[in-house]
Amino acid sequence: MTRVAIVDYGMGNLRSVANALRVAGAEPVIVDRPGGLAEFERIILPGVGAFQQAMEHLDASGMGAAVDRGRQAGKPILGICLGMQLMCRGSEEDAPTGVPHAGLGWIDAQVRRFPARPGLKVPHMGWDDVRRSGTHPLIEGVADGSDYYFVHSYYVDCAQPGDVLLSGDYGVPFCAVFAHGNVAGAQFHPEKSQQAGLRLLKNFLAWSPC
Amino acid sequence: MLKKRLIAVLILRDGQVVQSVRFKHTNVIHYDPVHAVECFNKWAVDEIVMLNVSPSAESRQGFLEAVGRISGECFVPLSAGGWITDMDYARALLSNGADKLVVNTLLADEPELVTALSRRFGRQCIVASMDVKRDESGGIQVMVDRGQRGTGQDPVSWARQAEALGAGEIFFNSVDHDGARKGYDLDTLRGICQAVSVPVIAFGGVFTWNHLVDGLNAGADAVAVANQFHYTEHSSRKAKRYLVQSGIAVRREE
Repeated sequence: MTRVAIVDYGMGNLRSVANALRVAGAEPVIVDRPGGLAEFERIILPGVGAFQQAMEHLDASGMGAAVDRGRQAGKPILGICLGMQLMCRGSEEDAPTGVPHAGLGWIDAQVRRFPARPGLKVPHMGWDDVRRSGTHPLIEGVADGSDYYFVHSYYVDCAQPGDVLLSGDYGVPFCAVFAHGNVAGAQFHPEKSQQAGLRLLKNFLAWSPC
Repeated sequence: MLKKRLIAVLILRDGQVVQSVRFKHTNVIHYDPVHAVECFNKWAVDEIVMLNVSPSAESRQGFLEAVGRISGECFVPLSAGGWITDMDYARALLSNGADKLVVNTLLADEPELVTALSRRFGRQCIVASMDVKRDESGGIQVMVDRGQRGTGQDPVSWARQAEALGAGEIFFNSVDHDGARKGYDLDTLRGICQAVSVPVIAFGGVFTWNHLVDGLNAGADAVAVANQFHYTEHSSRKAKRYLVQSGIAVRREE
């Protein structure tokens, strides 16, 4: 059985992610010590909350550096929701001066606030459909137009169109799933997206990026 | 396009799923709530709300355990509420797998805690539940404490107040419509939907699937059902199919 580390850095509901991974066929282990990550071949970076606070937690706990070592060793890593946004270059969240807060910088993308649009409430919350672009092991079996569960006020804007596997549209087009090398991220919550979400998690467990 | 949501509500009294009729909870539907959720998972429900309507606060620990067990089977968003009176219990519900907190009496008794919860866990995490009741003269007021205590407040200003306190959603029910099989209280629902900018969930009184369409046409973003989902096989799937046939954009299972 595939053992997967879920990174615990004090941001969000890890139990749901663990439950869903178990159903997807993995043995999830919640890891809160940087030294504990080395033995795992796959890593999930979850997260709910504020971008800057999450970056501070990752730095202070040493978990950010530990996940980065796994990344450099070629281990498949999946960021979920805020975890995905942290993988980007930076975020406009709570950055009134206009200078984005720095992220992990693993993906060439910026995190931006949804612009105000009549009839489109922020946060973007609920089930929404996604469009496929290209083929990739992570989205194998995911039908074009599948619905996933989203809760977010900021969105990922990828600079490299080739990194985008699934995209959504909420007043502006946004990235729903990206992958680059061994790093991937999902803006929606696969652990809360029923069969479509379990499909993505199963694909992640089987994914061997070269 | 963001979909309209179909929500299943589990009313728990002392650990058992009960039927609710005008806020009386005498009939047990499922002795073990996990059985109900196994059905909902298969049946295309978009979200689950668990409400603890037990008469005593001593039910809190047992409810917490029920939330923990259900979250292990539930791969859609899960909201939980009833007897949330402090930050620690709210945190315990979330760490047991709830995604959102449902508050009702707290809005009347300790509104500043609603705001504190919203700041701590985010607006998307706070669902303001509000129940209304009509008197003989046709006046309507918001009730708290499981529909037993009047606040003297009208629904529209109550809903606005809940939003201002930090609620990310309104969960609307009527004591008169609850379990009465005559559909939602559409007039009040319409007024609330026009008054707030957060999503509104309609609840209380669904008997035919067309009642769901009525609720959505009145402006609700989501429609919730309790009793009617327990008594018919594959009922939530049938409800979904009815919504699709009525031209409403809902999530469809792969």
